[in-house]
Amino acid sequence: MNEFAQSARSALDLIVHADAALVRTVALSLAVSGTACACAAAFGLIGGAWLAVARFRALPILILLLNTLLALPSVVVGLAVYLLLSRSGPLGAWGILFTPAAMVIAQTILVLPVVAALARQLVADAMVEGGDPLRSMGAGPLVSALLMLAHERWAVVTLLLTAFGRAISEVGAVMIVGGNIEGVTRVMTTAIALETSKGDLPLALALGLVLLGVVAVLNVGIAVIQRGRFMAPLIEAR
Amino acid sequence: MSASVPATLVRVLGASVRLGNVTALRRVSLAVNRGDVIALVGANGSGKTTLLRLLHGLVDAGGARRLDDPGAVQAMVFQRPFMLNMTVWNNLRLALWLARRRVPRAEAAQRAYEALQRVGLLESRDRPARVLSGGEQQRFALARAWAVRPDLLLLDEPTANLDPSAKKEVEALLHGFAADGMTLVMSTHNLGQAKRLATRVIYLDHGEIRLDAPTARFFGASADDRARLFLKGELPWALE
Repeated sequence: MNEFAQSARSALDLIVHADAALVRTVALSLAVSGTACACAAAFGLIGGAWLAVARFRALPILILLLNTLLALPSVVVGLAVYLLLSRSGPLGAWGILFTPAAMVIAQTILVLPVVAALARQLVADAMVEGGDPLRSMGAGPLVSALLMLAHERWAVVTLLLTAFGRAISEVGAVMIVGGNIEGVTRVMTTAIALETSKGDLPLALALGLVLLGVVAVLNVGIAVIQRGRFMAPLIEAR
Repeated sequence: MSASVPATLVRVLGASVRLGNVTALRRVSLAVNRGDVIALVGANGSGKTTLLRLLHGLVDAGGARRLDDPGAVQAMVFQRPFMLNMTVWNNLRLALWLARRRVPRAEAAQRAYEALQRVGLLESRDRPARVLSGGEQQRFALARAWAVRPDLLLLDEPTANLDPSAKKEVEALLHGFAADGMTLVMSTHNLGQAKRLATRVIYLDHGEIRLDAPTARFFGASADDRARLFLKGELPWALE
């Protein structure tokens, strides 16, 4: 208990004094996960919206596969990306293994199914109410689906924050494809794992607190957005 | 002079529609002529909404629907108007953008302005559309439909769930549209409204057209016993 309290005190000290290693690690984590989420959003939102309105024979199988990928283990993603990017792999010529770019690719693959599956469900639900009216006005299926994303934009923001939470808190994939190289590919989760194994509990704890803080800020963001979404009509109606 | 304009806008010939295990329409045939104001009446589940959706092309009836004038513009107002989560003005501009093949871009802003003015919602243009009252939402839906200048306007119970004052406003707008020469087909449970607005009444029962008659004849000595029972408020299913 005493050791924990001492570690916590040291951790807070690192945070308060903005320790350089801590700041670098946190900044890289935010950059990698933020970029991965932006990439996943670009493909996942449009892909998910399209799946909500597409009609073809293999659609149920594709949706089943997508929903299965929601539970994709991060170490499996890390392993697959490692095999692709390793020197002897099909994309070895890119030479990006053990760089932040490889970590972005791994996290993008990890959160893409989350974004696509949730976007598909979101649009499909919205189309129940608005599908026929939009079609009546002359909107094609894909335009209708994209309009529904705009219509449900607050839910989309919540969806993206959820994906960001998944990305920034995973450790398996970035550990394998990033290599946890100090100052280059060390992010919060891999640093926590390493510092704990080294016995440097204050730094591990400080990183853990920052990670929790980031997730807390995300949750506050979701709550604020949802509050704004539900309160706005009430305020307007007064 | 230009070629003659077809007197009939759309017709269905022997259309049957199944929705899941239910036959919503059975061998329905009708023609909607220019200038008609048609009221579709009948009990709940008699097929009124399905017939409107069929006329609008939202339901597939295997080629039973025929457009006599393929260039004619159609619009539909649904029972619960759908509005995107944006302002009244932007919803209207979006509708005009979606109809951009029929609405010249240069005219879009002017049309939106005129449409809101016509339904008395100009001052609400910057309000979120989804916070409008029920009557305002229905008037907005009419403005959105009117803005594309439809030859045929289909309305699914346009005054359902509205208070008497809002009903009156919507009826006045529909009366104005009809006076402008717009063809209207509307479903309604309000027989008084059918009598006030329609030139022709179609009575549907269990997915079949039982009577298609000018309004005066329908509300006079109509030939069909079931229609007479309906007018008396005696639902046919209750008598079977």
